Amino acid sequence: MNIVETTGLGRRYGSTWALQDCTLALPAGRLIALIGPNGAGKSTLLNMIVGLTTPTVGEITVLDGRPAGSLAALDGIAFVAQDMPLYRNLSVGDMLHLTRNLNLSFDTVLARRRLTELGINEKQKAGKLSGGQQAQLALSLALARHPQLLVLDEPTAPLDPLARHDFMSSVMTAMADDGISVVLSSHLLAELERVADHLVLVSNGRIRVDGPVDDLIEEHRLVTCATAAASDHPGWEVIESSSTGTQTHRLVRLTSPTASIPSDCEARHVGIEELTLGYFRNGALAPLPALTGVSR
Amino acid sequence: MYSFTMTLDKAVSEVAATSSPVEFRLDPTSGVPTYLQIVQQVEHALRLGYLKPGDQLPKVREVVASLAINPNTVLKAYRDLEHKGLASGRPGRGTFIDASLGDATLPVLAELRQSLRSWLTQADAAGLDEEGVVALVTSTLRDFSERRGVDDHRGAGARSTGSAIA
Repeated sequence: MNIVETTGLGRRYGSTWALQDCTLALPAGRLIALIGPNGAGKSTLLNMIVGLTTPTVGEITVLDGRPAGSLAALDGIAFVAQDMPLYRNLSVGDMLHLTRNLNLSFDTVLARRRLTELGINEKQKAGKLSGGQQAQLALSLALARHPQLLVLDEPTAPLDPLARHDFMSSVMTAMADDGISVVLSSHLLAELERVADHLVLVSNGRIRVDGPVDDLIEEHRLVTCATAAASDHPGWEVIESSSTGTQTHRLVRLTSPTASIPSDCEARHVGIEELTLGYFRNGALAPLPALTGVSR
Repeated sequence: MYSFTMTLDKAVSEVAATSSPVEFRLDPTSGVPTYLQIVQQVEHALRLGYLKPGDQLPKVREVVASLAINPNTVLKAYRDLEHKGLASGRPGRGTFIDASLGDATLPVLAELRQSLRSWLTQADAAGLDEEGVVALVTSTLRDFSERRGVDDHRGAGARSTGSAIA
């Protein structure tokens, strides 16, 4: 089952395409990380997933085939936008009351229990909470709707390291408890190493890479050769290359499972951070087709 | 890329809040994939006797909550341990240790440590500093592993070959 499916999806603002030619099939039960420079089209894609923005062209369905933005879709999706959407002058208790009345289903018991565990007093004004507590309140309100899909737009960016850890711990626990799927946009690549199992890299309004983290890690190598010996190899696609007079580093994608590394070169695997930086440094590359896993 | 010294205190803690004798700690700078760090920490705890057959591994939810990592990663690590015959899942109860990594390994380990120590003395006498030793061991180990064609940690490849050093 796919939690999000898009075909030829695009959104234009005036004469500018914020996102185009976006075809994705994102699996359920995963944490899908959406990564890209500012203005790449991440928020546009997230907004179309949750139904806040309508596509200019193409199709998008969520939760195994429901049209994005339909009532059936909205009921199964919870969205925490970038700026922690809370009414700052309302008390925590009033936020609970409001959210319960604005939604078809809302688990007040769960929300209250989470807030108690977090030491958040219902009488406090939402705007007076710390950044970490505001994020946790927004997350608690989202999770109390028992969504199948949780969409988070750069949720931890303004948080300190401990609050960030606690926030991600809450998200991960919700995945473990209820098997929810998460789509999350983030710039914090080091954090994504621990939480992401599917990556979507976006730049200049196009999908550059889309695939399970394990497959992507398996397919890419950082290859270091003597510059004199650095030549092209069948079964390699060079993503990024830098060289000095003596040494050449190349981030390569092995396009065939039998592709080998020459014995006079050194190769190692890269993490999400190096992989992402490699793709984004080489901004001139044509958009890549969706990667498929190496057969094992 | 390899963590040469095995930081046991990272793998095994005295925290007794859980029903498991071990608690996992991640080293974000090691370059070793998260699931593999968990597998390696279980293997080290087994080798050194901190875990015995019948012991319970930390529950997936506990690991996820304390380390803020993806539950699928913990499940992958536990599946890997099951494939290796070291652990098995009991529905509704958790994952338990099935096999030890052999009692016979302890004296063998002591012997290997002894010969490694005398080798280190030689290296020291030859003027190698710690980084030089690590670089030499790392590259020799990689050659050795490649020659044997050993890459049993699928998905980890060259990032994982440091696991055999205890």
